[in-house]
Amino acid sequence: MKHFLLAASLTLSAPAAMACETVTIGDLTVEHAWSKATIGAGRPGVFYVEITNTGSTDDALVGIATPAAGMPMLHETVVQDGIASMPHAMSIPVPAGQSVQLSPGGYHGMLMGLTTALKEGDSFSVTLTFEKAGEVTVNVDVLSLRAEGPDCADAGQ
Amino acid sequence: MRLRSFQIILWVAATAAVVAFAAVRWWPATEDTAAAASAFTPTFALADSEGRIRTTDEFRGKFLLVFFGFTSCPDVCPTTLSEVAQVMYDLGSDAGSVQPIFISIDPERDRRLGLADYTKAFHPAILGLAGSEAETQAAAASFKIFYEREDDTSSPDGYTMAHSPGLYLLSPDGAWLRQFTYGTPAAEILSDLQSRL
Ligand SMILES: [Cu+2]
Repeated sequence: MKHFLLAASLTLSAPAAMACETVTIGDLTVEHAWSKATIGAGRPGVFYVEITNTGSTDDALVGIATPAAGMPMLHETVVQDGIASMPHAMSIPVPAGQSVQLSPGGYHGMLMGLTTALKEGDSFSVTLTFEKAGEVTVNVDVLSLRAEGPDCADAGQ
Repeated sequence: MRLRSFQIILWVAATAAVVAFAAVRWWPATEDTAAAASAFTPTFALADSEGRIRTTDEFRGKFLLVFFGFTSCPDVCPTTLSEVAQVMYDLGSDAGSVQPIFISIDPERDRRLGLADYTKAFHPAILGLAGSEAETQAAAASFKIFYEREDDTSSPDGYTMAHSPGLYLLSPDGAWLRQFTYGTPAAEILSDLQSRL
């Protein structure tokens, strides 16, 4: 049974291998970078990632760049008094000793001006710029339109 | 003595006024609310992707799951549509009793981008509707929901839409049943529907 579960989890995580990569820069760990398939290139794509600050100094994500989109920006979905809106986030705090998630319903990278439609199984790179740690580039997996996140063995930690 | 009885009269009058005010304030309000809840029948008349006008009347006999959104919304809207899709798959043979409907609050742009391609990517049963500005406002008012265009240089085409992100359930006779707030898990929506089917 154990072997069966192990095999099953390997099978599930296999297509999302890159999203499960971990990249570090200074005290920051960047992982679980993923995106959703788009219908055509006329609508914006989305970028999600998880950042952990293991150091003792606060940092902040201040921008993203990618060859996949002409106008990538940081946004935050805010639901206030029953109304959802999506203001521009000038910077996303990554406090010392904490993790921050860009995830559905919260902070996200908004990929406007897509150079091509994003298809499930594709991947592209995103360069994140941090206020203190500088720049780091991660590979982003395009998951299905209905995905809620990558299936990594350590997901949900 | 005369002053005291005058004071008593004043107190009695004041108390009566308070009681009368409370009666006016509460009784009709309660009845209004009850009446409004039972008589609340949202309606729409909006074009589908082929330009045919679809109205609430044609769906009598089915539960309606209605969501307002816009397709240039990569974060909130796909989450809700994914949940609706999951519910439709999980309903299995009962899926025919439920009609999911996506109403665009950004109709001009969504017609241009193609609404059917978008909704079908989530589930083939989801019907996308995009009317005129006036028809969309009428539908939103009828569902008592809010939406607004916001100028925003950090969004595609320089604007974005703020909107009520809930999912609304109507009964087979067209009456409002309830809303599922944004983020309600598909399993919860499914069990609510199954308890009514
Ligand atoms: Cu956004």
